[in-house]
Amino acid sequence: MTLSGQIAIAGVYEHPTRWAPEKTEFQIMAECARGALRDCGLSLDDVDGLFAASMSMGAMGVCNLAEYLNLKPRHLDGTNIGGSSFVAHVSHAAAAIHAGLCEVALILYGSTAASNALAIGTGLGGGGRDPAQAFVSPYGMTTVGSYALVAQRHMHEYGTTSEQLAEIAVTMRRHAALNPEAKMRAPIEVADVLASRVISEPLHLLDCCIISDGGGAVVVTSAERARDLARPVVLLQGCGEAVCHQEVGAPDLLTIAASQSGAQALGMAGVSHDDVDLCTIYDSFTITLLLTLENLGFCKPGEGGAFVEGGRIGLGGALPVNPDGGGLSSNHPGMRGIFLVIEAARQLRGECSERQVEGAEVAMVHGTGGTLGILHTGATLVLARA
Amino acid sequence: MAVELQHPVPAASWETRAWWEGCGRGELVLQRCGACGKVQHKPRAVCATCLSSEIEHFVASGRGQVYTFTVTHQNQAPGFREACPYVLAYVELEEGPRLLTNVIGCDPGEVSVGMPVVVDFAPVDDEREAFAVPRFRPA
Ligand SMILES: [Zn+2]
Repeated sequence: MTLSGQIAIAGVYEHPTRWAPEKTEFQIMAECARGALRDCGLSLDDVDGLFAASMSMGAMGVCNLAEYLNLKPRHLDGTNIGGSSFVAHVSHAAAAIHAGLCEVALILYGSTAASNALAIGTGLGGGGRDPAQAFVSPYGMTTVGSYALVAQRHMHEYGTTSEQLAEIAVTMRRHAALNPEAKMRAPIEVADVLASRVISEPLHLLDCCIISDGGGAVVVTSAERARDLARPVVLLQGCGEAVCHQEVGAPDLLTIAASQSGAQALGMAGVSHDDVDLCTIYDSFTITLLLTLENLGFCKPGEGGAFVEGGRIGLGGALPVNPDGGGLSSNHPGMRGIFLVIEAARQLRGECSERQVEGAEVAMVHGTGGTLGILHTGATLVLARA
Repeated sequence: MAVELQHPVPAASWETRAWWEGCGRGELVLQRCGACGKVQHKPRAVCATCLSSEIEHFVASGRGQVYTFTVTHQNQAPGFREACPYVLAYVELEEGPRLLTNVIGCDPGEVSVGMPVVVDFAPVDDEREAFAVPRFRPA
């Protein structure tokens, strides 16, 4: 009954653009669809499942997208749980394919967050006349601020330092230098991160992801069908989702959704941490990546600071994370989850040239959506080369 | 801080009205389940532990300590932009719940995790409501 090993990532495509003021969201998605379908040798006619979310798609958004692509899929999923949505879409697509509800699922994302000058980190504010937001909006919470609350608590409980967080930003930038499409490629040092202006203590500008335009597409189908397609088969071995909220008043800010979704994904895949050759982890902020590593179980709670030191998460280290440069340096068009899936698949296919993780056979993907200190989701995948 | 925070008037539903009206009177009104005794925040019409509708209200002490905080140096939203740097925090009340709030009444650099604080209400009346926003100051 398990779908582990039965479903495959058949095609992927990352839009090379980082700045696209002349494009619309749907245009970017359509260009990505073209890329991912070409990648695996399928056409729009083969697509019978459509999965999408974006910064602006509302309740009928996925239907508007179906119209734009002139698609009449037999399975629709517009799940939007924040930046992790596209990681969750992979497991939703897998379940739908496994259940016979569709056979070729197309997952799409596109955004012009940068050219629209969306101030995601510190400008969304407000909350308007929404009673559910009234316990947040009067206090000047920002996206950066919510993660900063978590970082401060981590520092208090475990003695984590700004230097350790900075190490993550430095590593992501080093990776981005090997990715010709990355937006920020100039090398930085720990001192540069610490010298960058404080946005919300203890997070500096360079602890925060960039904002870009961009998009991506992923084609999911049965492992059986994928074997007849153009590309090396990447199998879905495990998946999990979770939500963390304020419970009935006393949230544990340091136990994040990854602890639940990661444990499920690993258990389903039947692999241990030692089997994982690389991770792609949502790095909206340096603290996000650090806390995710702890909650996925790669180190104990509180040990994340020491874990990321000494090049461990860099290419050539014991556990390379985000070889593409991540959201901190490659791209972050508002919601980044789809790129985590794409980079993991490319690595497992062995097509990443200079930034290739040698012998990559198993990858763990974890997306975070929402705001870590307030309300967030997690979605995890374990992917493996067939 | 040089400029006071300009808190927007919170929107209340009938489920959360007792909280915001309580703040308007200078009281932190928490909920306790009459069936299972669990204290819960944010307010809701049913107990999220046992689904009972026997929700009772009681006035909290208003005392707590800083659970975590951040000094916000950048927020482009009007009312907050001018007040930077200001302190956004979770305060853990003596009764258990942790509230997202602001710490005021001291230099942002003096705030620390574990610091004892006491509630301080900022009235945010408009033509519709006589609410107040609970912030905390050093005890
Ligand atoms: Zn109860």
